[in-house]
Amino acid sequence: MNELIEIVGLTKSYDERSVAVNNITLTLPKGKIVGLLGPNGSGKTTLIKMLNGLLKPTRGSIKINGRFIGPETKARVAYLPDRNCLPEYRTVSEMVAYFGDFYEDFEKTRALEMLQSLNIDPGTKFKTLSKGTKEKVQLILVMSRKADLYVLDEPIAGVDPAARDYILRTIINNYNPEATVLISTHLIGDIEQVLDEVIFMRYGQLALYTSVDNIREKYGKSVDAYFREVFAC
Amino acid sequence: MAWELDSDRPIYAQLVERIQMQIVSGMYPPGGKLPSVRELAALAAVNPNTMQKAFAELERSGLIVTQRTNGRLVTEDEALIKQIRQGLAEEHVKEFFNKMKELGFTGGEIVEIIRENQASEE
Repeated sequence: MNELIEIVGLTKSYDERSVAVNNITLTLPKGKIVGLLGPNGSGKTTLIKMLNGLLKPTRGSIKINGRFIGPETKARVAYLPDRNCLPEYRTVSEMVAYFGDFYEDFEKTRALEMLQSLNIDPGTKFKTLSKGTKEKVQLILVMSRKADLYVLDEPIAGVDPAARDYILRTIINNYNPEATVLISTHLIGDIEQVLDEVIFMRYGQLALYTSVDNIREKYGKSVDAYFREVFAC
Repeated sequence: MAWELDSDRPIYAQLVERIQMQIVSGMYPPGGKLPSVRELAALAAVNPNTMQKAFAELERSGLIVTQRTNGRLVTEDEALIKQIRQGLAEEHVKEFFNKMKELGFTGGEIVEIIRENQASEE
């Protein structure tokens, strides 16, 4: 069984007038790094929140590793939100312990190793960390889980180019043929060569699902350039 | 350092070219051991599956040999390496000639320019 995620007829409407995700059917395999791309308001974050069980679909279903969304899938999905969600008054090491208590698949030694390689003192409180360092710590916590699915919502937004490189390298170094990484981003050019496949979303619908090299081969341009063409306003 | 890659061509084809170049230039000598897919993917900052695809392509061409216990090695077939090197050289020359012809030079003039430049380099 090579399928990891099976999405069938997935729809989410917040009220009668706004349909955020509109009838998406999609199957994602294991062992891929997939970019979730689309303009603002195209439904990326809504889709992500349904994948990790923070929102309930209006219609349709999602299965991860053959199971509907619930406690079993939540235990196997590692989620990096698009905003800082760590308490400011806590220290890094307190959060490492917290993640260890909360997630069975959390590997504390791996987290501490990664923190050390970045010279981040685990005794530091979050409120004293820079924005970029907070992002890195959050990513380290998420990537230190041994999950089936990593869902990263805008992991490289608002960090400097060196931090961006570190984040991309962390994603590559943690590559596991049994797991899939789904990355939502606007910064396509920066992340393109790390991706296997891309999903384009538009108005809540699935506009395209194909491989990066397919787009380059077929159109003779980068995914970034192709995206700009498709979504030109 | 991440490898500089063109944005308008498939990534895997560029990885194949890059590794080919590293082999024919002697960075990885005949019979020498290559880094693992994972190491090289991290070094180049590219997707490991794409690197795997490039390695598969290089294996098909015979430039890389996989040994079950030893990982991946550069072929010991120096004639093959030479042949690929020759092929790459011909491609570069062809490209150079095309560009020079676009500038309006004839074949004879191009050869003359090459000779002059070579003389001044020596």
